[in-house]
Amino acid sequence: MSLEGLQQAVRAAVEDPTLTYRQRVQLLASLAENALDPPPLSPEAEEALDKRVICDMYEGNAPYRPRYVLPDYAAALRNGSDFLELAPPTDIDEALTFLLAMYANVPSITGYPVYLGNLDELLAPFEASVSDDALHRKLRNFWITIDRTMPDAFTHTNIGPDDSRVGRMILRITRELKQVVPNLTLRVDPDRTPDDYVLDAVDTVFACGAPHFVNHPMMTADLGERYGVVSCYNSLLVGGGAHTLVRLNLKEVVLRTDKGIEGFLHTTLPAYVGLTAELAATRIRHLVETARFYEHSWLVEEGLIDPDRFTAMFGVVGLAEAVDLLQEREGRSGSYGHDDVANALAHTITEALADLVDDAPLPYCSANGGRAFLHSQAGLDSDDGFTAGTRIPIGTEPPLLEHLLAVAPLHAYFPSGVSDVLAFDETATRNPQAVVDVVRGALAEGMRDVTFNLDSNDFIRITGYLVRKSDLADLPEHGARHGSTLLGAGSVERSHVTKRTVKRVISLESAPRRAR
Amino acid sequence: MLADTVRFSWVDGPGNRYVLFLQGCNFNCTACHNPHTIPLVTHRARLVNVADVLAELRPLHHFLSGITVSGGEATLQHRFVHDLFLAVKSEAELAHLTTFLDTNGSAPVSTWDLLLPVTDGAMVDLKALDPDLHIALTDSPNDDVKLSIQRLAEAGKLHEVRLLLVPGVNDTDDQLRRTANWLLSVDPAMRIKVIGFRGHGVRASARHWPEATAERRREWQSVLRQAGVRRLDLV
Repeated sequence: MSLEGLQQAVRAAVEDPTLTYRQRVQLLASLAENALDPPPLSPEAEEALDKRVICDMYEGNAPYRPRYVLPDYAAALRNGSDFLELAPPTDIDEALTFLLAMYANVPSITGYPVYLGNLDELLAPFEASVSDDALHRKLRNFWITIDRTMPDAFTHTNIGPDDSRVGRMILRITRELKQVVPNLTLRVDPDRTPDDYVLDAVDTVFACGAPHFVNHPMMTADLGERYGVVSCYNSLLVGGGAHTLVRLNLKEVVLRTDKGIEGFLHTTLPAYVGLTAELAATRIRHLVETARFYEHSWLVEEGLIDPDRFTAMFGVVGLAEAVDLLQEREGRSGSYGHDDVANALAHTITEALADLVDDAPLPYCSANGGRAFLHSQAGLDSDDGFTAGTRIPIGTEPPLLEHLLAVAPLHAYFPSGVSDVLAFDETATRNPQAVVDVVRGALAEGMRDVTFNLDSNDFIRITGYLVRKSDLADLPEHGARHGSTLLGAGSVERSHVTKRTVKRVISLESAPRRAR
Repeated sequence: MLADTVRFSWVDGPGNRYVLFLQGCNFNCTACHNPHTIPLVTHRARLVNVADVLAELRPLHHFLSGITVSGGEATLQHRFVHDLFLAVKSEAELAHLTTFLDTNGSAPVSTWDLLLPVTDGAMVDLKALDPDLHIALTDSPNDDVKLSIQRLAEAGKLHEVRLLLVPGVNDTDDQLRRTANWLLSVDPAMRIKVIGFRGHGVRASARHWPEATAERRREWQSVLRQAGVRRLDLV
């Protein structure tokens, strides 16, 4: 950018009437960072990045903080912190104050923490002596403070898999307050999480679109007991995180091969996986060696994150379009999500991709043996013309069971998260147990992440984060307190997230029984 | 003889259920939404056996709370229903599935003797409490329907009674009160589902019937509540 261009952009940020003060500060920081040249890439990678075949997620030209940081909050509460000048808390008030103070000092790509901890576990040592009423009041105030001081729906907290009074209270408060911050995940273990707890969570989704459900046994098998779900369904190691997230657009890769499936799998795909890995490596080196984040972070100094528990995330988008384009080239008409051959091809591509990523060593990625975690990336607000991650294109989703069976086999390949958003109609609210059945069935079928929306409430999942439809309506005139609402507006405009196929479940009373 | 199946249904009993719609009904309801399932034989129906159904169920079992057999009238094929439910309960992988019937309640006592040991719950339609009106609406008397409701309630297996209400036909306040009183005399905690008539899919003879206004639906609700119905669903 020329100096004059930069000055214009800075001027526009300073004078934008729809941005809050904090949003302006963030934008100014980003403009300053991007005034620097990015870490150099090979001409091939440069070209691929320029054409957005590969993407750095617009993290910025000079990575100076990791994308996702998952501090070990439990250790901090146990040991206290010199940096925060706080002794280990002795009661729930001190614990909540400790956490709020800590949150204000945890970096992430968004400028806000993306991970607030597994709050039921963190507060377990302190809750016993607190009455239900007092617990309600304290957590409610805590929740409000989080929403008002960290106005970013990528901020994420986890509960489960065990039932707990704190977890139940968090669900209740989530229903009462109907905030979009913080985002919430319930970790579900079929052997440990009672139906009744999942049911409580399902009712909470009906009220306000959260929580998201995650397959706890699958996660612990891949990531170990100490994992967290952050931002838009990124699962990573607690006490670690991800240096960076880069992604590959499979649709664009297919468009760059004139060969069929074999050529794509054995020539073009490996080449672009290599370029994506190069982009990741370059950015990691800048973060670790040039910006030297880990050498001067209080979180490292106090043992709350460990560079050895970090890795990178290798994101993928556009699988649906890639499959359909290849199907076309093979003279076949079936499309992803609707056709067994297409679904099998999606599986083949994903498996090949996983092998390639596994063969692409990256520096400073000890958390996964020097490799990136494969991730089905949930999209960016600016995306247009291809489908997020490995999802079935919005508006073309098949009936519920077919949908689940099409996507479930892919989930095993994405240890750091994959999301398929299901939209249910009002019928669900009359029979929440049916949704519990579907969630449990989906997990048993091998789905790692399960997210659903009720078509009729005020909340909408954009990529993985939530916005309120009513906030979007106000946006043009008044701006928004949550930065993520601004992003959501872009997604609604471009990717039709409001048009997800609503799962209508056949009703004896309202639908004729059709022969299938 | 099977009319159709639905692999995921959220409106045929508790939880997510696999539903079989059997072909053939002994009632001939004016308001029937699926009149093609009334004849015992039709080219649209197909013959299946228990093994066929189990084969379809097995890959789905972890998504389901149970199975429901509906119709047509499920109890007309009570042998099949019995064998199916017994087979479900005998197979370790499927034994967690609850077995439900959606019935018009016309089955005689002997049929319930056969089915109750393998049935976990039933939804029974009561088209009208008044015998003459019942005949007018269904071509059949309702003595057996009332007996079935009593028998199922005694066995603790009556999941709900469904009232399909048609404005001006079977929904006067007095009719509703008497129906509620009788049902509550059978079981004070009776769960009642009120279904407002909808013209979609019905035969020409019912097409002129009105659908209830939102106001009338609220009135149904308040009459039934005042009569003491505590567990009430209105759909």
